[in-house]
Amino acid sequence: MGLLERFFAPRHPAWGVHPDDRKRPAADAPLRRLPLPERLYVPLQQHVGGAARPVVLAGQKVRKGDLLAEAQGNISAPVHAPTSGRVLAIGEVTAPHPSGLAQIAITLASDGEDRWGERDPVADPFALAPEEIARRTAAAGVVGLGGATFPAAVKFNLGRRLKVRTLIVNGGECEPYLSADDMLMRERAAEVVDGLRIVMHAIGAGNALVGIEANKPQAIAAMRAAAAPCGDVAIRVVPARYPMGSDRQLIETLTGLEVPADARAAEVGVLVHNVSTCAAVHRALRRGEALVERILTVNGGAVRAPGNLLAPVGARVADLLAFTGLHGEPARLILGGPMMGSVLPHANVPLVKGASGILAFDAAEAAVPAAGPCIRCGSCTRACPMGLLPLEMAARIRAGELAAAVDFGLSDCISCGCCAWVCPAHIPLVQYFSHARGELAAGERARLRNAATRRLVEQRSERLAREAREKAAAAAKRKAERDAAKARAAAVTRAADAAAAPLAEATP
Amino acid sequence: MLIAILSLGLLGTVLGFGLGLAAKKFHVAGDPLAAEIEALMPGSNCGQCGFPGCPGAAAAIAAGSAPVTACPPGGKALAQALAARLGIAIDLAQVADAGPQIAAVAEEICIGCCRCIKVCPTDAIVGAAKQIHNVMREACTGCGNCVERCPTEAVTLQPVAVTLQHWIWPKPLAAGH
Amino acid sequence: MTAYLLLLLTTAFVNNVVLVKFLGLCPFMGVSRNMDSAFGMGMATTFVITLACAATWMLEHWLLAPFGLGYLRILCFILVIAATVQFVELVVKKSAPALYQALGIYLPLITTNCAVLGLALLTVQEKMGFVETLVYGFGSALGFTVVMLMFAGMRERLALARVPAAFAGAPASFVLASLLSLAFMGFAGLNFG
Repeated sequence: MGLLERFFAPRHPAWGVHPDDRKRPAADAPLRRLPLPERLYVPLQQHVGGAARPVVLAGQKVRKGDLLAEAQGNISAPVHAPTSGRVLAIGEVTAPHPSGLAQIAITLASDGEDRWGERDPVADPFALAPEEIARRTAAAGVVGLGGATFPAAVKFNLGRRLKVRTLIVNGGECEPYLSADDMLMRERAAEVVDGLRIVMHAIGAGNALVGIEANKPQAIAAMRAAAAPCGDVAIRVVPARYPMGSDRQLIETLTGLEVPADARAAEVGVLVHNVSTCAAVHRALRRGEALVERILTVNGGAVRAPGNLLAPVGARVADLLAFTGLHGEPARLILGGPMMGSVLPHANVPLVKGASGILAFDAAEAAVPAAGPCIRCGSCTRACPMGLLPLEMAARIRAGELAAAVDFGLSDCISCGCCAWVCPAHIPLVQYFSHARGELAAGERARLRNAATRRLVEQRSERLAREAREKAAAAAKRKAERDAAKARAAAVTRAADAAAAPLAEATP
Repeated sequence: MLIAILSLGLLGTVLGFGLGLAAKKFHVAGDPLAAEIEALMPGSNCGQCGFPGCPGAAAAIAAGSAPVTACPPGGKALAQALAARLGIAIDLAQVADAGPQIAAVAEEICIGCCRCIKVCPTDAIVGAAKQIHNVMREACTGCGNCVERCPTEAVTLQPVAVTLQHWIWPKPLAAGH
Repeated sequence: MTAYLLLLLTTAFVNNVVLVKFLGLCPFMGVSRNMDSAFGMGMATTFVITLACAATWMLEHWLLAPFGLGYLRILCFILVIAATVQFVELVVKKSAPALYQALGIYLPLITTNCAVLGLALLTVQEKMGFVETLVYGFGSALGFTVVMLMFAGMRERLALARVPAAFAGAPASFVLASLLSLAFMGFAGLNFG
């Protein structure tokens, strides 16, 4: 470290932004439980990968935690009944997605008893084989609850295969407004620590680092107390800077390791799991409970009583907002945080496993200033945590040169929104990147489709050739048989003639 | 005057013969560019471009007599790949990409005549004589050969609905920036 | 030796073929949309110009000058240049398919490029020796490539800029070309002495 750096060491990382966090007063309100809604809408796809396949029929009675739909494919997760009741229908409901398109969900009518089905708790998870922990985690439908919703068990297996040394537990929660992980760590620190030790056992990691942002002193104290008996779990305070909760940034801050572009974190020997995921793993193993409810933050200027709620998966956003109360009609609804969350088309959408918060913004918060021309100030390049050039990428995407944008590192963009947040011209940079990614993915799909078409055409021409060959062979065979039959007939005739000849000679 | 005529004539003759001999000696069979373009095409020979199959279209594109956007099943992706290969700029907005379409069989009209099955370049239609036919979504390229062939107009092209997995964020409306 | 080096520098920069002599403007405007094609065109042109200068020098000194056929110069030069380019195309297509892939589409464009003919005629006018002619041709072609690359780089950026609709495309490029040309006039004041 040079002399200059020693004296003028930056107080925070060189990347990112520091938006006004607005986590309070919601973070300080006590945890409340959402009264069980009458109807729950459980989407079949709440995770990255293939949608789950329903295993129940309409009219069937289920108990809480019963399997509703099983995982389908290598990367997938099952979904379970969030309460006891009767399956009403399996059909389309509006997805919690900015497009407002429909997705398949199982509608459940609650019987109000909230009775658990059969559970299979494990007294000592550390006696189980890592494979068995991964299997149980997968069966409980645990996915990454930080927002990525990647099936947790798939990550366990990956971590074990790549010989991960360190488990990084993400308690960053850098998004403004959100305090669900903070609440979880305060209320259930013991569960989190036990869960993360189970995860360590499952992936074969030697130690764990829990990164918690400095703006959560109570959570840090609770976690320190819970982790005190475990020598291999270290609680680390990280600067409160957005996007500290992004895995690459957290890894770099905690370990100094930089994950290379297009490599996974496991390839540098670490694996990141969210604190909520660890708590869900604890419940899946120790209590045998499937992932059917989660803590999430309901916040925003339009919410009358903001705070953290314990809500079942499948509850409608409208149910949550009715419980917390609203000041008039919200100007905008967001699922997740204000930086990376997705705008909801309306409140009539179900809650999914990955929902860390519901934000109801009032008009002042939702106001979007009109975009102006880029003045090439370079603020976005300083803010970008991935060291990209957002202005250059956006200019190329605007001109339709997607390949050039990829050359500028579009695929490394984590869509954190820092660039758009600092942009003095209010250019919707992230929307450009999302659009370009979608177009590129569509292009890739079309390319694969063309390749598949080629294959099908080749198979068809092969089939036609084979059929023609077989036809010709069959025709040749028939002809040979006909010829043979003719020859036989001729031979018989000749024999008969020969036999008849002496008679003929004799008769005249 | 004579020298001028002679020397110019001689020069022309020598160069002409030289080039002719060189063309023979350095002859390359086939047009490598057309072959390369053909490798990029879907290869279903569906005929929507108006050329005799994909080799015909590839030759026309290589010769410059057909635009790179000539192939409807290839869509934007193919047009982009071809433009990149040929080093030309195209305006993708002009590509008539009305969104993907696939064939659908109206079950109440289908008489199970098997005619559509025979003309499908990708074997995307399943069915047997006197049985209602059906289209496999993954295999259909939307070429429309079956639509023309159907005696009862039971086969129609339907746009593929956008799903959550295929939805794309719209490009921001560039106001001032 | 110094004389040749100076000749190379002056032809490349001070008397730049595109921006000072205004030769070869068609590829300068036409093939400068992106860096890749500009580089390909530059390389192909460098190759052809050097070869054509050599061929036309021989033609001039062994045929046209001895027989006093100066008035046939343009005709003969065009003939020889076109034949050379065609011949090069054939040979490259056969012997180096990879190079043909890169340069192939530019070679026919060069056949009728005025820079090639212009430089050949200028070498004759200046009564240069064989080596001088080669250096002159190579240096000019180098200047052509440099300017093509610079212009293509700027046009790539220009394509991203928001210019008024009336200026978009060719008009803005012409303004840019004139500015680049003005910049190259600065070399005229260089004193190599």
